Amino acid sequence: MAKAQKGQVRVITGNAAAAYGAMLCRPDVATSYPITPMSEVAEQLSAFRADGLVDTEMVEVEGENSAMNVVTAASMAGGRVFTATSSWGLVFMYDAVQQASGFRAPVVMAIANRETPGILAVSGGQQDIISMRDTGWIQIIVEDCQEILDSVIMAFRLAEDFDIQLPVMVNYDGFYLSYLATAVEIPEREDADQFLAPLKQQPERPRLVPGEPLSCGTHGIEIGFMELRYKHCAALERATAKLDEIDKEFGEIFGRSYGGQIEEYRTEDAEIVLVTSGSATGTARTVVDAKRAEGIKVGLVKLRLFRPFPRKRLAEALKGKKAIGVIDRSVGFGWNCGPMYMEIRALTPEIGIIPMLSYIDGLANLDITIPHIERVIDEVSAAAQGKPYQEVTWIPMEE
Amino acid sequence: MVIKHKFILKTENAWSDANEGLLCMDTGSWRTARPVLDKEKCNYCGLCALYCPPQCMKDMGDYYEVDLAYCKGCGVCAKECPRDVISMVPEGEFTDG
Repeated sequence: MAKAQKGQVRVITGNAAAAYGAMLCRPDVATSYPITPMSEVAEQLSAFRADGLVDTEMVEVEGENSAMNVVTAASMAGGRVFTATSSWGLVFMYDAVQQASGFRAPVVMAIANRETPGILAVSGGQQDIISMRDTGWIQIIVEDCQEILDSVIMAFRLAEDFDIQLPVMVNYDGFYLSYLATAVEIPEREDADQFLAPLKQQPERPRLVPGEPLSCGTHGIEIGFMELRYKHCAALERATAKLDEIDKEFGEIFGRSYGGQIEEYRTEDAEIVLVTSGSATGTARTVVDAKRAEGIKVGLVKLRLFRPFPRKRLAEALKGKKAIGVIDRSVGFGWNCGPMYMEIRALTPEIGIIPMLSYIDGLANLDITIPHIERVIDEVSAAAQGKPYQEVTWIPMEE
Repeated sequence: MVIKHKFILKTENAWSDANEGLLCMDTGSWRTARPVLDKEKCNYCGLCALYCPPQCMKDMGDYYEVDLAYCKGCGVCAKECPRDVISMVPEGEFTDG
């Protein structure tokens, strides 16, 4: 494929970046029920439609549950579909979310992450990602506004790939990225079209056509059910390497790539490694640089793909390290530690028995600050030297 | 792991049609009332066939016939028929039921 021309650089919010990404992919049907902090995604997309930039059919719905059902149905009819939501809206579509993945409908959904119900918090957090862990979707977590736009485009390539056929969530920190305006390069239409063109070369997937009675999701008994679950899990496994491939190809064309499943930063000769996800990674990167300057051999892993879990690549990145620290912006109910920490801990047979430290920080718009990350690195570093350590730390609770 | 199971469904997702997959359960045995269609009044609009959950309205060219092996007796066809051509008759009134 030819290298893309330089796109226009504009200062836009994370929400607008998600809408631009969707617009460039020309969805046939899109819908979204407004919810803070992502309403702007739907507003922007509607504006693009009004300006004639896309001919997407924008369906007005009475709630998020309907939104997910609308896009799933449109996807089953063969359309390219997009939606966006957050927090309460996401959990309100919980049954429909599972329907979409069970139907193997390649829906792409942008999610501005926010704390989930229980305690009313109109504020950022990644608990909604965690609540969607077992829905069978592909979950990508991004770090900045440019990555939001690029990842939405890549998400369509991944979702609609004939070998994958799974819905994809593109997660970005609500409030931190949703409303943060930064310079974002917007790819030219023809370059985005070119990037998505391989999808047209694939065999056509079955679709609902009036007059040709077909049913989806009804063959749900005994071995037929098990067969579908088996295929679903196998497709999720294929998605790991596929994301790496798509990310690499995107990099060759647009000059930007994000590491695929995970991004490793200064990990090669690192003795200790910090694992983060989302917008906090930017802060962590600067702290890693500062600690490196002090002579501490610390590296950073950004977890981009949460489902399917990048077991292989994480194990490769973390193997042979002396200690690791994982920062979660959510809690793991029933384990009293961070959920991402818990999952990385499950890689112990591959990584080896080393100190693993869990940090819970940044809930409900609390900042994951430079001093917080400095503290994490100091403690993980001490643990690596054999000093006693505390397994789980709720950072702001100790301040 | 060696998979010995031969896939029933040819597609990745749970697609099934009237030839395989969908009409494989003995849903006809669930029925307490069966749709009876007056083919003189039927204008072949096809709404009953579109709405039928197990897709068991057989297209006969200028009217529809119910496949009683699969009809659950839900009555959607009778409800949706714009000409009220379909009536739901209790199974007890038939000797073959």
